[in-house]
Formats: sequence, structure tokens, C-alpha cells
Amino acid sequence: MTEEDRLGPAGDAVYEALMKAHQGLSAEHSHALNARLVLLLSNEVGDATRLRELFAAARDMGFATDRREI
Amino acid sequence: MTDRYPPYPYTPPPGLGAPEPRHPVVIVGAGPVGLSIAIDLAQQGIRCVVLDDGDTVSVGSRAICWAKRTLEIFDRLGVGETMLAKGVTWQVGRLFHGEKQVWEFDLLPETGHKYPAFINLQQYHVERMLLERAHAFPDLIDLRFRNRVTDHAERGDHVELIIETPDGDYTLEADWYLACDGARSATRSRMALPFEGQSFEERFLIVDVEMPQSPFAVADRPERWFWFAPPFHEGQSALLHKQPDDIYRIDLQLGPDADPEVEATEERVLPRIRAIVGDTPFRLDWMSVYRFRCAMLDNFVHGRVIFVGDSAHVVSPFGARGGNGGIQDVDNLGWKLALVLKGEASSALLDSYDDERRHGARENILHSGRATNFMTPKSEMEALLRHEVLRLAETQPFARRLINSGRLSQPCSLDGRPLQTRGEAPIAPGSAMPDAPVVGKNGCRWLIEALQGRFVLLGVGGAVLPEVPGLESVIVGPRGSGAEVEDTEGLVEQRYGRGAYLLRPDGHVCAFFDTPQVEEVKEALARAKGGFL
Repeated sequence: MTEEDRLGPAGDAVYEALMKAHQGLSAEHSHALNARLVLLLSNEVGDATRLRELFAAARDMGFATDRREI
Repeated sequence: MTDRYPPYPYTPPPGLGAPEPRHPVVIVGAGPVGLSIAIDLAQQGIRCVVLDDGDTVSVGSRAICWAKRTLEIFDRLGVGETMLAKGVTWQVGRLFHGEKQVWEFDLLPETGHKYPAFINLQQYHVERMLLERAHAFPDLIDLRFRNRVTDHAERGDHVELIIETPDGDYTLEADWYLACDGARSATRSRMALPFEGQSFEERFLIVDVEMPQSPFAVADRPERWFWFAPPFHEGQSALLHKQPDDIYRIDLQLGPDADPEVEATEERVLPRIRAIVGDTPFRLDWMSVYRFRCAMLDNFVHGRVIFVGDSAHVVSPFGARGGNGGIQDVDNLGWKLALVLKGEASSALLDSYDDERRHGARENILHSGRATNFMTPKSEMEALLRHEVLRLAETQPFARRLINSGRLSQPCSLDGRPLQTRGEAPIAPGSAMPDAPVVGKNGCRWLIEALQGRFVLLGVGGAVLPEVPGLESVIVGPRGSGAEVEDTEGLVEQRYGRGAYLLRPDGHVCAFFDTPQVEEVKEALARAKGGFL
């Protein structure tokens, strides 16, 4: 499933803002922040069918096995 | 290569014997920026002295990526075509994450432009070409090598310089002092000016190798390869790029703890290069381990001392915004300083150089800082998020756009700055003029050749231009119309629409009129020359 690019030219600024949101947090707090963000963004999307598609897409990608890749 | 570092002769300057008459302009530093501003001024009939403590071109390839806008400026300075002919133009880029190719792109540039998105050309070639061009103005450009400025002081209406040569010291006076003395500017240090910004801990290794056999699938189609988490070394990223003369630039991110003394040795470098290029024979040409920072001066104009290029601002190398930013400084300053020296504008016009180019430098720092941050994750979470961007990029276009290995230098827009007259237009005031193929009665083949270098009122699509004293008009008409400049492929009208554009000598639009009236054009012209500052 290919998602439409909705960030466009704002992508770099949004990515920078996300890094800033994490700045100075411990790993534990950073994970908590991500969890909150997923919930907030889910509410923002609002459409349950759409969200199920996105959750599946994220999960179906698989996960890195090599630590070095991260 | 015997001619790579040609020795530049030292001749004892006249000032050693007797005081020299005051010079209008002294340029300190004969790098790409210093030489370009000397040529720009000479083309406008302004004399200058260029002082440099060295006696040859840049050692090592250093700045290698020259963007389209820079090439258009070099075209105006009479060296663009020489650079294009020698430079390497690439189109295909590949991005790898570990072993895996994440994606591949073809720049497929828009046709109908004289110059490509950018070329790769070593700084020593660029400097040699600029120097050859400077020699075309023997009466206007006075080049002095092994002349090191040891002190300077502002004396009200001029600047006094103390200069050291192999034959002793002498003194010069100049109306204007252009500090083109690079990232470690001695001028800036002497004046104790704050130069603040963000420093990056990460060390990078640059290696140039000469390799007769191309590593790319199609030998004469050079590519750009970029790796995140490269499989062949421990660092976070690596880059492979081609330069002329079968020289390849390899950039390896080493991490913050790397020891530059140890890393810049053949024992450490050779295995890494072999890991990238395999058994292909190669020769090490040049290498350097570096760190960088993003910083700029609070003000580029200090009385009669004007900072141009790296002396005024430094950026990380990602996006090729250092050398290209410096040449845009030159483009912005050249015509303004010439007008001031000819008494056609007040020195307030130079404040607009400061304003417009600090705006450009801020933009360059923003983009190159973001690229650097993407390439150097500072926490586990940053590394994780980036890793997932790279994974998502395998299938999702939005994630591809988030991958940041440098956003290539784009012409800076001067929209909203005080020299521009605000207005709506297909090419908004402040933008650099887009190129298009044309045929001019004077033999020009491109719009940039027809218009850059002086103020011009450009009429497109049948616009009727008024007579404005002291302002040249150029009408671009359809093919076969007999106009001074013919729009052979219709691309001028397609890109510019219909109306009249007032263009600055640096090719930036400063005003647009649907139906230009003489008074409003005069007012816009006066504004562009700093008349309302």
C-alpha cells in the first residue's frame, strides 16, 4: 500500500520538530512520548478503518534483526 | 597532473618603493569568492587589488558541487561554459541502507536551461579558470600573490592595510576592503567579531581517489551513491561522487571519537576504499579529516570592511551551500559596490547586501543543519526514528522525501526585502530569473545571456514598454516576430507569462507590471538602487 505524500515540502521542518519534541528525554520518556503521539494522531485521523489499515501496514513491514542497522 | 597547482608568480609590489595612490577596492583572498568579485567589478570598469598569502590554487578538491544558479552567475562572469565543459554532470542517484538499495532517482532536469542542476568540478580547477579569466583584465585586476595582510584599520573615509611580502612590509589604502579570506578569516579574528552557531562533533573523512575504471554500471553515466549504515565501515554514512579526470570523491562519516591523525593514514583508508570499489585499481589522490560548524556574522558590512563568502558564514557541506552561497554573495554585492563607487547610489545600498545575504545565509544554515542532524542521530530514539524512515522509504514516497543527505543549494528568494517592489507575478519579485532558450539579434542563445549584468526592463507576451531614461528595455517576441530577442520554443512566455519585469544586474526580479507606466517603473528602479532605504 502506497500512501500519498501529505507532508510535501514541509517534511524537513516536521521531522526537525519531531526530533525537538524528543530532545533531552530519557529513552523511557521518549517511548511514552511516542505512545502519546500515536494516540493523539489516531484521534486526529479519526477513521477507524483507515487506522486499522495503517496499523497493519506498519506491522507487516517486519522488524530489523541487525542491531547495527539502527 | 602537472598543471593542477600552477605556481603563481610573485612580483615585488610598487608599494614597497613608494606609497601607492589609494585604491578603490582591495580584495583579501584569491579563492573562488575573491576572484569572482574581482572579475565582477572589472566587468563594470572598477579597479581592484587582490591580495593572497599563497602562490597557487586550492590544494585538494575541496568544494566540488556547483549549482545551476552559480553556473549562471559564472556565465555572466565569462567562465560558465568553460566550467560546464570540464565538469561532470550526473543524473542518477542511488540511496542505500546497509546492503539494500532503498531507492534510485533520475534528476531528469527540466529542459530549456543552459546549465544543469549542478556539476562536479574540483575547486582547484574552478580557481584556475577564474584566474585565467581575471588575466583578461590586466589594467583592472592587480593580482598580488605572497602578499599577506597582517593588520588593517579603518581611517574614516578609507581602510589602511599593512602587508607582508618576501621583500618586506608595505602599506596600502583602499576605499573598500573585501574580506574574502575564508572560514578562518584573519580579518574577522583581528576585528574580534562574534561568529556563533552550532558545532558538530562528528568527524568526516574525505578521500579523493583516481580510478581509471568506472565503478558505475554505465561507465560514462556518472552516478551519486549514498549509504546510510554502509556495510563496509562502522560509520553512519558514506558518499561516492565523480569528479573530472577520473577522480572520485569518497566521504566517510567517522563518528565523534575518531582520531584524525590515525584516520588520515593509508593503512586505515585503503581497506575502506577497497571495500567500496572492490578490486578496481585506484590511487589515493588527497585526503582530509574534518569537522564543521554552522555559524555566521551578525553583520556582513562593518563600515568599509565587507565580508563575502566563508568569512561571513560557514555551513556543513551537505547540500553544497558553502561555495555556492559565496558566489551568490558575489552576485549580490558586485553591482551594488560598483554603483556606490560610481556615485550612482548611496552607500546605504550596501546595507541591502547585508540584509539580503544574511537572509540567504540563514536559509543555507537551516537546510544544512537539518541535513547534518539527520545524518548524526544524537540519541537512541533519533537513531530509531531515522531507521524507520529509511525502512518506510522502501515503499512510501513521503518517507523518501524525509531522507536528508543534503538539500541541494537553490537560488535564494529575495521576496519581501526592501529593494523589491511587491507584487504578484508568474516569477515573483525577489526570484532569480529562470532561463529559457532564445535567439537574440546579438547572437545570444539563452535568456540569461540576454539579460544579466545590468538593469533591464523585460517585456514578454506583447507588453508595451515605456521609455525610461537610463534603463535598457528588451522585448522578447515570438519566433519570426523580428523582436530583438525571439522566444524560439515559446518557453519564455510559458515561464514568465505576459507583462513587464524589472531585472537587477544579478538577474533577480525586483518588480513586475501588467502594463508598465513610466513613473512606476522609475520608482521601482530607484527603490532597487536603494533610493528609499
